Amino acid sequence: MNYEVVMGLETHVELSTESKIFCSCGGHSAAKEPNDCVCPACCGMPGMLPVMNKKVVELAVTAGLMLNCEISRYTTFDKKNYYYPDLPCAYQITQLNHPICTNGFVTLKTSTGERDIRINRIHMEEDAGKLVHAGKASYVDNNRTSVPLIEIVTEPDFRSVEEVITYLNKLKSMFRSAGISECEEGAMRCDVNVSVRPEGSTEFGVRTEIKNMASFEAIEKAIRYETQRHMDAIEFETEELVQETRRYDDASGKTFAMRNKETAADYRYFPDPNLMPIIIDDEWLERIKAMKPVAIDEKADVYREAGISEKEIDMLIHNYNASKLLDDVVALGCDAKNAAGWILTDSVGILRRNGKLLIDLDIRAEDLTAIIQMVDSGSINRMSGKKILAAVIEMGVDPVAYCKENALDAKVDEATIESVMDKVFLENAQAHEDYKNGKVKAKQALFGACIRALKNTADTDIIRELLDKKLSNL
Amino acid sequence: MNEYTVELSDNGTIAVDDTILVKGVQSAAGSRILEGYKPLFSAEAVTRLKDKGYVIAGKTHVGEFGLDLVGEFSYYIEKEEDLKGAAASLISKGEIRAALGVDMNGAPRRAAALSGVDFLKPTYGTVSRYGIISCAASGEQLGVYAGNVKSVGEIMEVIAGHDEKDGTSLKEATYDYSTEVAVSGKKVCIIKELLEKVDDGTRQRVNAFAEKLRKNGVIVEEISCDLFDVANTAWQILMTAETCNNVSRFDGVKYGHRAAEYKNIDELYVNSRTEGFNFLTKSVILYGSDVLSKDRYDDCYGKSLKVRRVAAEKFEELMKSYDAVLTPICSKTEYKAYDISGAFETVFKESVFTSVANLIGIPALVSGKVQLMGKHFSESVLLSLAGCAERVGQ
Repeated sequence: MNYEVVMGLETHVELSTESKIFCSCGGHSAAKEPNDCVCPACCGMPGMLPVMNKKVVELAVTAGLMLNCEISRYTTFDKKNYYYPDLPCAYQITQLNHPICTNGFVTLKTSTGERDIRINRIHMEEDAGKLVHAGKASYVDNNRTSVPLIEIVTEPDFRSVEEVITYLNKLKSMFRSAGISECEEGAMRCDVNVSVRPEGSTEFGVRTEIKNMASFEAIEKAIRYETQRHMDAIEFETEELVQETRRYDDASGKTFAMRNKETAADYRYFPDPNLMPIIIDDEWLERIKAMKPVAIDEKADVYREAGISEKEIDMLIHNYNASKLLDDVVALGCDAKNAAGWILTDSVGILRRNGKLLIDLDIRAEDLTAIIQMVDSGSINRMSGKKILAAVIEMGVDPVAYCKENALDAKVDEATIESVMDKVFLENAQAHEDYKNGKVKAKQALFGACIRALKNTADTDIIRELLDKKLSNL
Repeated sequence: MNEYTVELSDNGTIAVDDTILVKGVQSAAGSRILEGYKPLFSAEAVTRLKDKGYVIAGKTHVGEFGLDLVGEFSYYIEKEEDLKGAAASLISKGEIRAALGVDMNGAPRRAAALSGVDFLKPTYGTVSRYGIISCAASGEQLGVYAGNVKSVGEIMEVIAGHDEKDGTSLKEATYDYSTEVAVSGKKVCIIKELLEKVDDGTRQRVNAFAEKLRKNGVIVEEISCDLFDVANTAWQILMTAETCNNVSRFDGVKYGHRAAEYKNIDELYVNSRTEGFNFLTKSVILYGSDVLSKDRYDDCYGKSLKVRRVAAEKFEELMKSYDAVLTPICSKTEYKAYDISGAFETVFKESVFTSVANLIGIPALVSGKVQLMGKHFSESVLLSLAGCAERVGQ
């Protein structure tokens, strides 16, 4: 018999806010040591009250807009009760009754074509802390407590692992490009609801939920294992399927039962009286819409039109910092294709030399624009431009001042170049001889020697031009 | 009896109850579960008083989480035959001028009546709840005890006002705590159904107070109103649910009392909480847990939220015809010691006089051993009415 797998996803994404959702502690990835981003509020001490971080609302709305959701104009928080040492208040503040976004969809392109996955809702909530186990003792680290999350809940619309992974990659690209989340490992966690039914059937099979997976690899393996388990149970009656929550064990590649319907916790949700309902009026919504970045597909099209290569587009849409920098320097008057080269080739080269990645790039759009414009206007050559770029990235210098201090903009006239070139020809008589005998490569050696002799002060295009003239005249 | 849990200054004029945090001073809300808990910060109201030069005399006893009648079930005090609240006693003895208390289920109001002092539970959202050991966030409010309405008004002027650290703190409210508003021609109603619930002595107090008002030209009328029983039931449901949720953070893991004996995390929770809470708190936790459970939510918690809306509308309607409501605050003129096993029901019954103010956030002033309630932000009317009665009595 052929089977169809039916899946729905709940994806938790940690938001890239400066501070936590209900207090002013540093947010996601701000902490260096355990418990160094904590305060009485996120440690669950009595007397502290939650105060809403508006940025969280704005990022959640942005996510909703990107996923074609309806944005709630009235949204409220609820308390979810359960005991665990990494949950200092013994309740989590989340949204049950009036989530921030509802009824959206996202279009996926897979090998089987294009399909829409419906988004049931997006809600905001706070993360829990974590436990560190050492020997017989367990330690609580509250750095992650109250870091803002959004949870994106889909309808049971997925029919293959490929669709699931495509969806997650798409979320990741979207959220990174919009500065909603970096979505690195651990900052994006997934619960997958799985059921299996005979092909053609319209009724759902018994559903199990695999909880809290942090890597795409684990998600893929867990789904494959779980679907096979369901099919075996149906086809060979290996076991009786029950509605339950399961956990995926990476080491064995299997899923294990955690709790079933009868032992399911009653979270005793109720509206949080400490947080007033949030009203999103037209003005605020318009402001958020204005901040919303262009949808990722549209953005890729814009880059493509500007002549940026597919490889570079891929780098850009996966890196919010880089695409924002590019957009900013373009806004300051630079050519997109040219600027993309400066960011994705030259800057990346400099970063790599320092053992860093594109994600670490920290340069002001104004500074990069200054460098590009100095080169484009011919006041310095490209080599000098790269030197200045390196100094800006590595030492944070001012590009114009650095250029002056190091005399990189010294103008060298053609006469000087020609006289230096004459000297080079005398010193490199052998190379000149080789060229005349048909060794084309020798020209490159002469060119390099000219550049060195001129100490990088002259425009390479002019050198090349003059060199060609001299060689053809001889 | 020593009214203080901790004495801070001999020349202090203000006391602060044990539910309100004072930086570095044990603040335990009368509960063993918070034994030794010294907060890292003071309540906003305490900070505002200190900034104005008021000296805090000490921290006064409260019943565990303010759940009892007047403070009889604190872990930190010996049982006494006649019940009276610690802060109210200090004021009636003239040892301090005023005190701060948290009114979550009427305990400070009842205590004020027993000692013959004043207590104002102000409009919800007018005084910051930052730094109080919160139990029922949707209706608890920090209020002021004092010997007369002028002193109540004076302290309110200092502590009221927006605080960005409290999300429920009102931003653009107008505050008026003057005690000299003209009262002649004001209309006050007495609720027949509430008078039927009290003993003769208490009824006479209400009638005597009404006479004093009349002498000042106030019109007092007895009316029938069925709001109070249903408001009480609704508030007890919301209050127990919210308290159950808020005290769940007291688990022996982070601070306060931790049981000596446990084998695993579940035993640590169960043993610490079994030892740390008294029977009344445990009853409230069980009751609150039940009304929030999936099967009961709609009939209990959900319905209570609806009652809250309807009650607010009904009270507003009543306030179109009257400026204030005059009610008893306790069913008897004095309380005697009783066993904690009956506390939940006893407090439930007595709260019929107090719950509506917590439920819908209206101001309630106890003065002259009776209670005046009015619409939101009508504190100056209540204080002035009580003030004129005060003067007749002198």
